[in-house]
Amino acid sequence: MAQTTTKNAQIDADDIMISMKGVNKWFGSFHVLRDINLTVYKGERIVICGPSGSGKSTLIRCLNRLEEHQAGDITVQGITLNNDLKNIDEIRREVGMVFQHFNLFPHLSILENCTLAPIWVRRMPKAKAEEIAMHYLERVKIPEQALKYPGQLSGGQQQRVAIARALCMEPKLMLFDEPTSALDPEMIKEVLDTMVGLAEDGMSMICVTHEMGFARKVANRVIFMDEGQIIEEKDPESFFNNPENDRTKLFLSQILDH
Amino acid sequence: MAKTPTAKSSKVKSPEFVRSEEAPLLPPPATEAGITGWLWHNIFESMADFHSPLAAMRSLFMILFSLVLVYVFGTQIYGLLDFAIFSAVFSDPDGVKREACWTVQQGGSLPDGWHAACWPFVVAKQKFALFGPFPSEELWRVYLALVAGAAGLAWVMIERLPFRRQAGFLMLTVYPLATFILLTGGNIEVAMTRVAIWFVFGLALISVGRLGNAGRLGTVVNEFAGSFAGVGWLVVAFSTVAAIAAFDFNLEPVDTGDWGGLLITLVVAVTGIVASLPLGIILALGRRSDMPVISVLCTIFIEFWRGVPLITVLFMASVMLPLFLPAGVNFDNLLRALIGVMLFSAAYMAEVVRGGLQAIDKGQYEGADAVGLSYWQKMRLIILPQALTHVIPGIVNTFIGLFKDTTLVSIVGIFDLLGAGQSAIADAAWSTPVQAITMYLYVGIIFFVFCFGMSRYSIYMENKLSKSRRH
Repeated sequence: MAQTTTKNAQIDADDIMISMKGVNKWFGSFHVLRDINLTVYKGERIVICGPSGSGKSTLIRCLNRLEEHQAGDITVQGITLNNDLKNIDEIRREVGMVFQHFNLFPHLSILENCTLAPIWVRRMPKAKAEEIAMHYLERVKIPEQALKYPGQLSGGQQQRVAIARALCMEPKLMLFDEPTSALDPEMIKEVLDTMVGLAEDGMSMICVTHEMGFARKVANRVIFMDEGQIIEEKDPESFFNNPENDRTKLFLSQILDH
Repeated sequence: MAKTPTAKSSKVKSPEFVRSEEAPLLPPPATEAGITGWLWHNIFESMADFHSPLAAMRSLFMILFSLVLVYVFGTQIYGLLDFAIFSAVFSDPDGVKREACWTVQQGGSLPDGWHAACWPFVVAKQKFALFGPFPSEELWRVYLALVAGAAGLAWVMIERLPFRRQAGFLMLTVYPLATFILLTGGNIEVAMTRVAIWFVFGLALISVGRLGNAGRLGTVVNEFAGSFAGVGWLVVAFSTVAAIAAFDFNLEPVDTGDWGGLLITLVVAVTGIVASLPLGIILALGRRSDMPVISVLCTIFIEFWRGVPLITVLFMASVMLPLFLPAGVNFDNLLRALIGVMLFSAAYMAEVVRGGLQAIDKGQYEGADAVGLSYWQKMRLIILPQALTHVIPGIVNTFIGLFKDTTLVSIVGIFDLLGAGQSAIADAAWSTPVQAITMYLYVGIIFFVFCFGMSRYSIYMENKLSKSRRH
């Protein structure tokens, strides 16, 4: 397995992809993100794990403004994330997201799902967009489903289409929000294989997941969050073998034992 | 596989055997296939179960109930057919008008106790019921507008025809203007110099918009370039429409007061239907907007127009509006009614559309945001197609209700189909006991044809759209 080479090969420490400084977020009176400080470099693969309600999904959703942070600074590829619509649009073009429940558009075919954004946001001509879409559909290994509708596909296939849809915008960073949590065990493998393939090609990614095998294989940093704070941040070897914090130890014992 | 039973192990005679030839394919029993099968499963099966006292009671009840239903429906339907067709009078060869439908007792030739439709009355009043007092020599214009409308509609609706989208665009832009000119005669009083100035102003705005988009002007202007261009296009469109409407096509002017019957019903209903959907969508989006000003304004609009009855709206528009306008400004009566109907139905449509918007999973909004679509792109490409498909029954329901609500315009002195029918009933030359019933039957059939047609088309649309989504 190309573990070590995948992890360290393409990180560019001079190129900061994401910078979060003192980020705080509240849902009403509930303090969901507490003083988050995180820097992500180009080429890094980050896995965020933690118990439910720890704020992992909220953290990555703040990165493309699906949630708004109330305090602190977030910079994505040098662009400040604030209420300026222009900035938000620019950031969303460079950041792709894959959701737990796929969020494919059911009234469009697979091909149309993938070409929609390139045509309407990047103003690409339809033929070129379709070419790119077929390329990425082949990459996720389902080119033959291009003319079907999402309702006709299995869960694993739908999630792979969702990955292809995000890739068609050729983003610099991919965010994965528990991509395999809604899938059957047989389908989890096909999606994880796709994500490993992406990692091997050098895509920067931040992945919220419970799949620890994936973390060990691909991540170069594992972050543990609990109650809105980043408790521990280490490379996978140290994280799984020598966790420092008691909370981390408790979590790992629960998740790795079954 | 045959298992040869040995003497030791067989305590039970084994019935297994292997076929040496194929079992024949038998025809199904009568209760399964064909007409008898349909009759059995849909009608008689529930009546034939007598295996227990409870089941027997149920079967007897079903038999009794079915007999009662058949009797009731049968007599009613037969009665209706008898009234409308079997016993009805169809012609008045001697031109005696009402006497053609009188019984012997009343002075005519029909047997006593006769009670059925008097169709010659309807035939005589046909033109009035359909077009009102529209001058007969100019009726060709109405026919032209109706035929063009039906053809355009068919073009848009039939799948196999090409250029349906362009036809739809023409139907929404060119057709209303053409119909307006055909029906009113065009040639309206417009200050052409003023129209020309507006036109040039519109062109200027568009140019400003274009330059702003290309980034050539100051930053402030560049920001609003889109709005400039939009307003500019609206002004150009408006002045073009005004110019065309003012052109003299040499048609005899027909005042809207001379329109009536089915013509008015169609004009009011179609205008209301076509205007209410886009307005309703915008109001629904506005009500759900994050911007409090827009949200509050839209909510006030919707709640106000839903809170007053349509009849009040028409009455106020017709009687009270002139009191508030400056002296000399005179709104056409039909136009006032049209505006009232449009705003009223837009408010209802807004709530129907809002129901559809609420039914869309939040993930769809997020998926669209995550790929970078703007608000309007998200609504137009992702959310509205799904939301509107969900509420087709509600939308068509509102359309059908609106079509029938147009009968209320009689309160402001406009003769729609029902109003024309009622005024025809007042004609003493045709006075018979069945005069009113015959006319109402006729009007009812026309309304039913339109409303049922809309209802059927909506089922067709639902089936077509659900097929393409394949859940």
